[in-house]
Parts: sequence; C-alpha cells; structure tokens
Amino acid sequence: MKILLRSLTKSFGPQTVLDSVNFEAEFAHTLALIGPSGGGKSTLLRLLAGLDAPDSGEILVNGEPLPQDEERLRIHRSHTGIVFQAYNLFPHLSALGNVMLPLTEVHGIDAATARDRAMDVLKRFHLADHAAKQPAQLSGGQRQRVAIARALAVDPAFLLLDEPTSALDPEMTAEVLDVIVELRESGKPIILVTHEMGFARRSADRVAFIAEGGVLEYAAAGEFFENPRQPAVKQFLERILKY
Amino acid sequence: MQAGFFIDRPTNPARPAAKVFTIIILLLAYSGLCWLAFSHSLKNWEQVWGYRVTFLNGWAATIGISAAALLLSTAIGALTALARRSAFLPLRYTAAAYVETVRGLPLLVLVLFGFYGIANAVGWNDRLSVGIVILSLFSGAYIAEIIRAGIESVGRSQWDSARAIGLTPVQTYRFVIFPQVLRQILPPVAGQFSSLIKDSSLLYIIGIPELTFAANQINSATYSTFESFVPLGICYLVLTLPVSLWTKYLESKVRYET
Repeated sequence: MKILLRSLTKSFGPQTVLDSVNFEAEFAHTLALIGPSGGGKSTLLRLLAGLDAPDSGEILVNGEPLPQDEERLRIHRSHTGIVFQAYNLFPHLSALGNVMLPLTEVHGIDAATARDRAMDVLKRFHLADHAAKQPAQLSGGQRQRVAIARALAVDPAFLLLDEPTSALDPEMTAEVLDVIVELRESGKPIILVTHEMGFARRSADRVAFIAEGGVLEYAAAGEFFENPRQPAVKQFLERILKY
Repeated sequence: MQAGFFIDRPTNPARPAAKVFTIIILLLAYSGLCWLAFSHSLKNWEQVWGYRVTFLNGWAATIGISAAALLLSTAIGALTALARRSAFLPLRYTAAAYVETVRGLPLLVLVLFGFYGIANAVGWNDRLSVGIVILSLFSGAYIAEIIRAGIESVGRSQWDSARAIGLTPVQTYRFVIFPQVLRQILPPVAGQFSSLIKDSSLLYIIGIPELTFAANQINSATYSTFESFVPLGICYLVLTLPVSLWTKYLESKVRYET
C-alpha cells in the first residue's frame, strides 16, 4: 500500500495541527503512526479516512487522489475500515446488528446474505456466542473486536485503526492486539495509531513519527526503535520506554 | 451511631415495615382531617349524580383532546427539532423563534389570543379543533426541546461511527440517531403527556365541553362545589397517575440499559 501527502495542511481554529506535510510511505502490511498526544496522528488518520477534509494539499492512496466532495468521500469511507478508540458500536443494536448495518444499508446486500457474512466474521473473531448481545453486555475488548469485525465485514481496501486499545486494560489490550496480528496475516493493509510501542515494534513494517505538525521520522520498525535519527524521537522513546 | 433528621446518603434507608406503618397512619390521619373539615359540604350527591352523563362526556372529551393533541404535538415537535438542526438558516431561526415565543407565554394567553384573536380573524369557529391545535402548538414547543436535547445527548462518536461506515445523513438519523433519541425521550415525553392532560383544562375558557367545563357547569346548576370538584380532581388523577408511574418505569428502564 502506498500513501502520498502533498503539502497537506489542517487547522482547528488557531491551531495548525498538520502544517504543509509532504510525505510518502510504502508498506506491505502495517504502518504505525506514533508520537506525542496532540501531535497530529489522529488528525492525519481522520483525513485518510475521509472523515475530515484538509484545509489545503492533497492525499493520494495507491496513486488515487482522495475526493473533495462529501458524496464521493462517503463512498471512500464505505470502502475503508475505520475503528476508533471507543464507542464505535451503536448501543441500540446487537453485535450482529452492528456488523450487518453497513452491509445492508450502505452496500445494498440482502439481509440473509448479510447475516451469513456477518456471522462468518464474528466466528472468525470468536464472537459467535456474543452475536445477539447489546454492546452494553460486552466487555471493552469484545466491543473493539466487534468494531473490527464490522470494519472488516465490508471487505475494505484497507483498515484505519485510531488507538484501538487506548481505552482498554492490559488483558483486553492483548486480546485486541491478537486480532490485529491476525488481520495483518490475512493481508489487509493497516494504518494504526498506537501507544503500544512493543506492538508497533514487533508487528509494524514501517513506523512514522508525527509531531510538531509534520512527519519527523519514517523508517522500518526495527531501525526506528533501535536507531532513531531525530533527537526529538530519541527523547520521546526514552521517556516512553523508561518504565 | 446517632440517626439524624435528614437523610445523608443517596437512597432512603427506611425499613419496609416502617414505610407501611407510616403510610397507614398518614392515610387515616389525613382522611380523618378531611372528613372533619368537609363532611358537612359533601351531602348533595343525588343531584350531582343526575349530571353524570355530562361529566362522563366531559371526561371523554378531555381524553380525546389530550390524545389528539399528543399526536399532533409530537409531529410538530419532531419537525421543529429537525428544523432547528437544518443548515437552511431561515428555517432554523423560525423554529427557534416559535419555540422561544411559545415557551415564554402562559397557555391561557395563547388560548385566548389564539381563539378570540387569530381563529376569529380567519373565520375558524370550530372550538374543539381550534383548542386541539392551540394545545398542540403549545405542547409541541416543549416536545421540540425534549427531542432537541435527545438528539444532542447522542455522543459525537456515534455521528463519527455512522459516517465512518458510509451512512448518508438521512440514514444516520434513521438508523443511528432516532432509535437512540427515542429511548432517551420516552420518559420526558410521557411526562409531557401528563402535562397535556392537565393543561387541556384551560380550554374550558373558550367553551369546549371538556371535563373542567362539565364540572363547572354542574357546580353552577347544583350549587354543589365539593360534589362537583372532588370527582373532577379524582378524574384527572386517574388519568395522570398511571402516566406518571409509567414515566418512572421508563426512566428506570433507560437507566439500566445505558
């Protein structure tokens, strides 16, 4: 998968979060975006998802520029698997209902086929027994797994995961990270914002460090963690890996 | 530990036996007091009984008016709440002006002005339908606010998730927002229904033969104030208490589910 950012700028009020970013990344499976809070990781992910539009500049995914108008952005989103930190699921629908909703309403698949496909994905993530439960009856880890199942069920071109384990305790984090590893093996490209450095190191092909309105460093995961070039990255890693 | 006069924790720690005992004693005491004070004025039941059909017709009218106004005001409230979220500014401001004006005026003023002012001016003389429309416009403003609060109570993440899976705005309202809003607003809307039943009594001022009008008429005909108005109060309570209990039940249900 290839992404290309051309003088990409995004501000919220007086704060410029991404400041004329030029960046090119090519990776086989997983790109991890790491960096300090407020540095622009999640903003970049939302732009890639087509949830927000940049103030200026453009994004090319696999050579195709992201559309500008809302209707075509919506179609882009419907072919992209997006998972947020928490509260992804619709609380009034069962796990199965959550996975089925985009299949039937966005992709026009008939209910019976959608049900079969949704159950297949839930089974794959060992959630078949929880299919009828409402999100409130699921654990945090199960909820995130259902959210990933929902994102995957539409057979997206790639997956964008925005800190999918930040709201979870260590055990549930491990349970969700297992699922992400499995996804990686299935071959769907993943772009992942994460604070789990160990996970980024072991499972990502490439790591981009985002801070101060841009991409400060981009390298293969092993190289990034063993031999960071930028002092800011070195400092960040030292601080975060201290305990 | 010394027990104080006021409760110092969220729930009432009273024992069931104490509750039952207190309720029985209070019931006896208050009904005794009422009996001593008013028994001599509750004597004219035979004459009032002769007007029971008038009374029951009034009661039926009150129920009918309230039910019709509930349906109409729910429709008005839903449309107004949507208009307040419209991107088209004239629509949004019209809806806001309607809600703020109606909520700022007493219902009695609306009834008088609506009937003797507006309805008369346009030659609309059917009291019952004018009354239902005025009551619906009044209650609709409150329901619009309830629905608006319900929509705003749905978190930002739900809108994001709906957009993320590729739902259109209309689909987002239909499949994600409204089902959640409905569950949130059911208790306050049920409460609004109870208000509607009580507020319909003000329509007696424009001569609609509903329950209060009937009781007032019986009082004028029989000079039996207590015998006319005690059943009046009881008839309203028979309608509003179940609604109030239902509201409490709905509230507890919403709380458990979220």
